[in-house]
Amino acid sequence: MTTNAFVPNFDDESNEGRKIAFICSKGNLDMAYPGLILANAALGEGIETHIFFTFWGFDMIIKSRMNDLQFSPAGNAAMHLPIGDVHLPQALAPLPGMTGMATKMLKKQIADLGVPEVPDFLDQIVGSGGHLWACRMSADMNKVDESDLRDDVEGIINASDFIELTNGAQVIFI
Amino acid sequence: MPVTELAGRQVHVNEEGFLTEFDEWDEELGKALAELIGIEMTEEHWKVIRFLRDDFKAEGETATTRRLATVGGFPVKEQFNLFPKKPGKKMSYIAGLPKPHGCV
Repeated sequence: MTTNAFVPNFDDESNEGRKIAFICSKGNLDMAYPGLILANAALGEGIETHIFFTFWGFDMIIKSRMNDLQFSPAGNAAMHLPIGDVHLPQALAPLPGMTGMATKMLKKQIADLGVPEVPDFLDQIVGSGGHLWACRMSADMNKVDESDLRDDVEGIINASDFIELTNGAQVIFI
Repeated sequence: MPVTELAGRQVHVNEEGFLTEFDEWDEELGKALAELIGIEMTEEHWKVIRFLRDDFKAEGETATTRRLATVGGFPVKEQFNLFPKKPGKKMSYIAGLPKPHGCV
């Protein structure tokens, strides 16, 4: 009896040479996660994975800011109160204290799922073989250099470098 | 569910080849499963597999690479070294467990 039909092909050739790059351009706590979750999943599938941090996404790798990303309900019409499907009235969203409260709530929900905070998540991604890159223009705008960034950021690169780096990659902008 | 013959015995597997019956597994079978996907088991491999088995028994679901790192104490880098490229799937396959359900 042959058993081959029931052995998964984990080293599927179709993944050979597959490459994915995520452009993380947002610095809100909620928008930091999609790129990290997908990058982590791609690494778990054995795919070469790069993350390019640009504009507001730069806050995810600036040492003095990366622990303090925030989530604001202002302008987010999908923000609900913790009771069923009740929307948070948008007029209340900009009130003092709202961002702090919403951030705290979101962090708790994420932690309850066993999903790490952003710096910890990036540690895991690098540990899994992921590559982190910082945007030249964002570094200049923020007046920061390598010493201000996570030590595992492999370089501050410009737009042309990024295009070159992602030759043949699937590129996802977030 | 299909039945297949592995290590000289009949076992139940799903359409991808992952074992579906927790109790049909033992370490001899785990070794055979590892060989099928090109992994030679060492004591370091077994530590991970034994944690996964115990954790599944307690939690009812397969630990993700994240949980293996934080609860099991196996750094992700080590997981990738032991079970290259697709650690989550390879570990659960060898342990005779379903693929991890969680995203992270």
